[in-house]
Amino acid sequence: MDFGFGIAPSSSINLDKVDLSLYRKVKEVEPDIERCMACGSCSATCPAAKFSGMSVRKVILGLQRGQQKEVRKMLSNCMLCGKCNMVCPRGINTRHLILSVCRYFDMKEEQK
Amino acid sequence: MIYQGKEKIWSDYQKEIPDDHWFYARSCIRQNFFPASEKYFLTICRDLLGKDICDNEHHTTCGGISYHSDTIPQATAMAIVARQFSLMTEAGYKNLVVSCITSFGNYTEILETWREFPEVEARVREDLWKACRREFEKPEYVAHASDLMYHFRDEIAARAKYKLVNRQTGEPLKVVEHIGCHYAKMFPHKGVGGAEYPCVLSGMVDSWGGKVIDYPERRHCCGFGFRQYLVKANRGYSIANTYKKFESMAPYHPDMIITNCPGCPYFLDRWQYVIAEMEGKTYGENGFGIPALTYEEMAGLVLGYDPWDLGLQLHQVAIEPLLDKMGVPYDPSKKYLGLNEKDLMKPELPKNLRCF
Repeated sequence: MDFGFGIAPSSSINLDKVDLSLYRKVKEVEPDIERCMACGSCSATCPAAKFSGMSVRKVILGLQRGQQKEVRKMLSNCMLCGKCNMVCPRGINTRHLILSVCRYFDMKEEQK
Repeated sequence: MIYQGKEKIWSDYQKEIPDDHWFYARSCIRQNFFPASEKYFLTICRDLLGKDICDNEHHTTCGGISYHSDTIPQATAMAIVARQFSLMTEAGYKNLVVSCITSFGNYTEILETWREFPEVEARVREDLWKACRREFEKPEYVAHASDLMYHFRDEIAARAKYKLVNRQTGEPLKVVEHIGCHYAKMFPHKGVGGAEYPCVLSGMVDSWGGKVIDYPERRHCCGFGFRQYLVKANRGYSIANTYKKFESMAPYHPDMIITNCPGCPYFLDRWQYVIAEMEGKTYGENGFGIPALTYEEMAGLVLGYDPWDLGLQLHQVAIEPLLDKMGVPYDPSKKYLGLNEKDLMKPELPKNLRCF
């Protein structure tokens, strides 16, 4: 029967079911990722954010939620200028973190 | 949660509920959805327990439904509420008992606004006098009708003919309790048990022999959400919330759902049919749904009133499996007979959701 509407897809994330392997791998080489307090200074200073939606805060959150596709799309907009690196109050080397995540995505691509 | 912490929260959210002399404010939509609920609230409180409850034919909607649907401003709702209070004052009552959760939230919100901004109250008093020459006193106590039923739960249990127990297995029935969002989420101290641990329905279920199920989406909205349903383009969000709730409660195999809001039993009942049509999924046993009842209907069943007099045939989900479990007798041939045995006519049965 056509009701003229359907069940809207859920945006809930079940952390018991999502794939967190990428986050674990990144954490091994970039243990600082756990120091992030999601203050958003990195996103506020990012020159690409306004035009592309790039946000290091969201990248870290996406990794913690297993949203690899969204993370990859966001990172494709990063220009590696390093401004986020300069403003991080927790001293996280965000530029290096971004490079490490990109490296894993490249490795995955090569394996295919 | 640490037990002592829970005890502390619980003691912070106790509510004083006077025993007697209430002015009853009916809901504008409940009588269309489940018409016998309000009647049986009065029957139980007045006839069975001998309480004084004034049911005034002159009162109107409280305006809450329009206010929460963004079609009237709060000032209009305040004028309507002021008129309701004037009716209560004229009738000589000081305690207001409200049938609808949104009305309860509306009255509470307006009284809190007047407490914070006395000049707003003064303006409403002036408007009411200019419009209809009426004056009012604010109620001393505002309670939801389920608060009252909770208050009398042990007296009802003492008169119970049936328990919320599976007659065949002797096990307590597994009950999902769903509290309307406007009960305590806006003003936690106005509800029995606050917003996190409201006890108003679970207290009834415990007293009447059932077992309350704790499931992940227990405090989630039923899906009504006013504009989420009323605007057709948003209905996908409305049903998505209901779907989420049913998916969350399904692993616990509930026997019934009990609610204290006009919208919640309606949507938790009717959306089961829509989900069955859209997804082919049903949540009860053997292709049936999970009956969603109002607390008055549940009290009526426990007290032994006839299920068809309680209006249980007006639910989409078949009630018979629950009646069989509780051992409540019913006559299937009288299911669709209304007042004075008037034929209500049998509805067309759905394809995927099993019904009688």
